[in-house]
Amino acid sequence: MASTTQIPAPPARRAALSNKQGHKHGPQAKRTKGPGRLRPNYLGGLGGWLWLAIIIVPIYYVVVTSLKNQAGFFTSNPMMPPTEPTLDNYKLVLDNDFAMYFANSLIVTVGSVVPALLVSFMAAYAIVRGKGRFLTWTNNTFLLGLAIPLHATIIPIYWMITKAHLYDTLLALILPSIAFAIPISVLILSNFMRDVPNELFESMRLDGCSDWAMMWRLALPMTRPTVVTVGIYNALGVWNGFLFPLILTQSPSTRVLPLSLWTFQGEFSVNIPAVLASVVLATLPLLVIYVVARRQLLSGLTAGFSK
Amino acid sequence: MSTSTGSSRRVLEKGPSGWLAAPALVFFLLFAIIPLFGVLFLSFTKWDGLGEIKLDGLSSWTTVLTDPVTGNALWVTAKIMFFSFIVQAPISLLLGVFTSASQKYRAALAVLYFVPLLLSSAAVAIAYKALLDPNFGLGPGLGLPFLAQDWLGNSDLVLFVVVFVIAWQFVPFHTLIYQGGVRQIPASLYEAAQIDGAGRVQQFFAITLPQLKYTIITSSTLMVVGSLAYFDLVFVLTGGGPGYSTRLLPLHMYLTGFKANDMGAASALGVILVVIGLALALLLQRLGGKNRNASQLEGA
Repeated sequence: MASTTQIPAPPARRAALSNKQGHKHGPQAKRTKGPGRLRPNYLGGLGGWLWLAIIIVPIYYVVVTSLKNQAGFFTSNPMMPPTEPTLDNYKLVLDNDFAMYFANSLIVTVGSVVPALLVSFMAAYAIVRGKGRFLTWTNNTFLLGLAIPLHATIIPIYWMITKAHLYDTLLALILPSIAFAIPISVLILSNFMRDVPNELFESMRLDGCSDWAMMWRLALPMTRPTVVTVGIYNALGVWNGFLFPLILTQSPSTRVLPLSLWTFQGEFSVNIPAVLASVVLATLPLLVIYVVARRQLLSGLTAGFSK
Repeated sequence: MSTSTGSSRRVLEKGPSGWLAAPALVFFLLFAIIPLFGVLFLSFTKWDGLGEIKLDGLSSWTTVLTDPVTGNALWVTAKIMFFSFIVQAPISLLLGVFTSASQKYRAALAVLYFVPLLLSSAAVAIAYKALLDPNFGLGPGLGLPFLAQDWLGNSDLVLFVVVFVIAWQFVPFHTLIYQGGVRQIPASLYEAAQIDGAGRVQQFFAITLPQLKYTIITSSTLMVVGSLAYFDLVFVLTGGGPGYSTRLLPLHMYLTGFKANDMGAASALGVILVVIGLALALLLQRLGGKNRNASQLEGA
């Protein structure tokens, strides 16, 4: 009986899989002969160009202004390009410890995202492949974490960080950032790990593989794109984070980029071109990544939300 | 299907140890769940952020609940939640459909649409502060007098300015979600509709909209729950002012705790924030009819 139930199972599974792949080809087909076959959508096109203007005008203004000197800023038309473009504002920002803030941001981002990915991946693997009340409870705890506005907890976190004598250190930013990245990472990673065919695990198990080995040699390679995606999603969140640096750090030596924009704005409030140059400089690293790896970055931004 | 899981269960009798989940759980308990109870505890204490924490009964709660600023903060939060939702939801849905189509110029536009996603909230707020300046900003730049207003100093206008800037920053994110959702709709549905002679508008309402049901739920949930987190943008853009006109609940919590040094009252506000967030998330899932997990799997 056992053998007869086992034999038909794999083809059924394979059918389900190929079905799924067929589904994945769907959008491709749609994109070549979808709604685009109708007559041109003038109204949609108009709206599209209008939205472009809304997006571009502020960006244009920031870039143009950052290239003006202060006199030019006060006298020229704000929307006109500078008559004598200057990089002095950028120099001023770079001379004001920009490189250090950049390095701080990098340390905090890498220091949060790598451990967060590691522990989330292990947890997702245990939740998908393992059984038992403990894992169900763990998963439910993480799901609950998605519904709670976690920044409501900043006051106890501030208390804990000061008690642990970590106030005004980069570690103070890293620890809660790891914790806050875990629920969404586990959710997305486990959603994708469920798609790894059971047969692969079974055959490795029959070859005598341990669960630990299967995690690294099967589950990780099969979900690597998702791991990258989740990593990008978390990295952007930490890189652009403002609240933790605001309440958990104080001195310039632990300042990260978003906070440095704010303090710079306070110090140089009259020098708008320099303030805007700091905005451009802080955005530049991500813009470079966007140009080089747009698809990866965008898929990371929505992580598994439109899976 | 059932036979397949039956056989696998026999082979995989144990599965990996639950210990693999322990590191993530420890981190999460330590820095998210314990603080969640901590905020409840601190709401019954008196603490200035530096000295000793003293138990103080319900006095923080009476302060918070009788303070008209709390009610105002709730009202401002509700208004921003409502307006930013009705502005963002239709725009991102339409842009998502628009950018998912095949035309090359639309793909090129989409590349530019997503640029705001790269900016931090602090950067966006600082850029808009300069841009909205009545003397050196957009208004005089374009020679349009009605744009040369004191946008951030006028308490009647400032709320809508905040809603606009929020939309500028977050519409691209939701556009991206909708774009992904639209691309998963099977082409055959549109082909069948075209054979039946359905026009573009009919196709949108008969196919696109119903097919995007779960995308709409996901995006709306993120939008509504996310509007409890517009802290940094508003903090840098207006600081909650002028007066109390943009003092959102999370901002009110921060200012009460870290500027007025009343951590007890700020914790009570934090508890209110958690309760509202949980209630909204549960309500939205009810409305969606399925929990988030199921809806995601359904979409797969």
